[in-house]
Amino acid sequence: MYFDLTDEQQAIKSTAHDFLASRFKSERIRKIAASESGFDEAGWREMAELGWAGLALPEEWGGQGLGIVELAVLFEEMGYALAPSPLLSNTIAGLAIAAAGSDEQRERYLPQLASGELLATPALMDAGTPAEPGAFAMAATEDGDGVVLDGEKTLVMDAASAELFLVATADGRRHLVEKGATGVTVIPEESIDLTRRLSSVRFEGVRVAPQNTLPGGADDYFPPVFLRACVAIAAESTGVAQRALDFSVAYAKDRQQFGRPIGAYQAVSHRCAQMLLETENSRSAVYGAAWAADAEPESLPLAASMAKAYASDAGWRVPDAAIQVHGGIGFTWEHDLHFFLKRGRANAATFGDAKWHRERVADAVLSGATAPAVA
Amino acid sequence: MDLTLSPSEEEFRDEVRTWLEENHPGPEPEAGLDEVMSFRRDWQRQLHEAGWAGISWPQEYGGRGATMIEQAIFAAEATRQEAPPPANVLGLAMGGPVVIAHGSDEQKARYLEPILTGEEIWCQGFSEPESGSDLASLKTRAVKDGDEWVVTGQKVWTTFAQYAKWCMLVARTDPDAPKHQGLTYFLMDMKQEGVQTRPLVQITGEGEFNEVFFEEARVPDANVVGGVGNGWAVAITTLMNERAGLAFGAISQIQNSLGRLSKLAQETPANGGTAAEEPYFRQRIAQLYIEVETMRLNAYRGLTKTMQSGIPGPEGSLGKWQWADINQDLTELALEIEGAYSLLMRGSDHAVAGGAWQYSFLRSRANSIEGGTTDILKNIIAERVLGLPRLR
Repeated sequence: MYFDLTDEQQAIKSTAHDFLASRFKSERIRKIAASESGFDEAGWREMAELGWAGLALPEEWGGQGLGIVELAVLFEEMGYALAPSPLLSNTIAGLAIAAAGSDEQRERYLPQLASGELLATPALMDAGTPAEPGAFAMAATEDGDGVVLDGEKTLVMDAASAELFLVATADGRRHLVEKGATGVTVIPEESIDLTRRLSSVRFEGVRVAPQNTLPGGADDYFPPVFLRACVAIAAESTGVAQRALDFSVAYAKDRQQFGRPIGAYQAVSHRCAQMLLETENSRSAVYGAAWAADAEPESLPLAASMAKAYASDAGWRVPDAAIQVHGGIGFTWEHDLHFFLKRGRANAATFGDAKWHRERVADAVLSGATAPAVA
Repeated sequence: MDLTLSPSEEEFRDEVRTWLEENHPGPEPEAGLDEVMSFRRDWQRQLHEAGWAGISWPQEYGGRGATMIEQAIFAAEATRQEAPPPANVLGLAMGGPVVIAHGSDEQKARYLEPILTGEEIWCQGFSEPESGSDLASLKTRAVKDGDEWVVTGQKVWTTFAQYAKWCMLVARTDPDAPKHQGLTYFLMDMKQEGVQTRPLVQITGEGEFNEVFFEEARVPDANVVGGVGNGWAVAITTLMNERAGLAFGAISQIQNSLGRLSKLAQETPANGGTAAEEPYFRQRIAQLYIEVETMRLNAYRGLTKTMQSGIPGPEGSLGKWQWADINQDLTELALEIEGAYSLLMRGSDHAVAGGAWQYSFLRSRANSIEGGTTDILKNIIAERVLGLPRLR
């Protein structure tokens, strides 16, 4: 029993922390947020050089072969810095090809994804369908030896920088479509979160050759890809919460009203204590789930839903409370807090919201699965 | 990172599990407190004979010298099997550790063995009517008279005072010193004329706690623990032990309650189905499971940290706060599930689950008050974990 980061994991954390703190200062994040594509190519190249693009991909295909705990460590720091980057979408695409691709597809794409030369993103949700993960409407219509895709995907992350889409269809399969393919149109959307861009992608009679359809079915994505993605984004939300807490504590020590620092007032200090509780709970749930992903896969479904449900709430409530601690300045565009609130809100609604994941938890515990025993 | 038990810890858990299964005395008698206490005394004797009383105590003092993980395992397993508490729970968790940490050799020789056997019950004389959260303002006075101290004052919320032989008493020995410095920690013999106890009836209707009145009660100088004027530091050790020792048992207890809550939802008809099928109840039950899981994992993180640094940190306050919140939410939800039947208490033919949830609901109101109020815990967290300025 040792529930803490190992020295190696701690080293990943501090490297990531220092690198991100030095590169992603407020002015740069604001510049990227205000740019047309929202893509910071120089930043991406540096992350790729650090090996982050292939952190959790197998070594035989150019990845670092590290676990989900290490991935969670990295994403917690990404959230803390609020670094705008296609790292999350690219990581998920890589995990999907690793889990459900053929060896030929893995060989063709994973080394490039791991080195950061190629950027890919999943295109999952069909425009106009209920906001629930895992159910897809787009048909993969048989056409000769391949399929044809028609329809519109929405909430696609980082479509501006991605060159390859991993398109989900109703049969549970994924298809690799290049952005430049005939019939593909990218329509940028206005997202609440300026530091992670979303687009809709229209597919009109897009032909997919057989070698570009992944052989895996729905079950190949659910635990190995979707639940790991839930852990990663929950880790990111934990970092978002931690940063909002740190902003608040620093401000509460500094800001004086009625002749004292506002942090001396219990209305403020108790709010900060609540923020700490939610941040620490979120972190524990995330690392518990990350550990399960690596060491005890049978408990991952419950653990990942617990982590995603909790972090979905904490990831925006803590920045929300931080705005209240800051008072008027917290409501200005000039202060960075709103970027954290917005990322927290966006993450809360991505890959299943708290309500969706709680229902999965209820299903597990009420159908007889007992809560994990202590020790 | 490793959330599994080592082979030797697994072996320890199996040993605990088997011993408890074979020796479990069954549920406590549904009778008055006197009978319950006599049942618990027998149980403690059994625990002691098998070496399970004082498992955290060093072996040289008759304990098992168990590691912190083993203590956690034992507490979790005993609660999971719903084993009754030992009679001398305060002596084992606080009195003994304080004597071991601060007591003289004579005190160790005199007091430790009867704590382990349950022969002498201990109680804690800290809180006073006018000194709750601000404990250091306490007024009970001890005045030196030859080689004795004469104690006058009142304590309150004293669990088991009516059964206790010894009271861990903090009294003011120097009224002129700053409030934290004028205090001394005594071991007071409760069986004397100057000590009167009176049960304090709480909102459940029971008298779990007592008021204790000292009128020129006597304590020999030899019963000072840790030196005159050091009472505050010694008392803090007691409270730290209280928090560290309780966490894993408390988590197991909530897991038991959650299991019963799920069962209640599954057995309660609602809207042509059961409460367990209602989205509103499902969401709330799930949220409770998630919070219990975060509390469990936080406790593991805290344990890992404590094993590295050797002392429990102020983060333990988070766990106690969260435990109180969850326990209260859980019992509130049970009453919501019962609906109109939640009016019926123990003793009613139509009470659900024998009225157990009504009792738990009322009893859990104290969870955010006893052992450090939630409001004070938030102050501790704000000041010692976050480093925010003090108001005072």
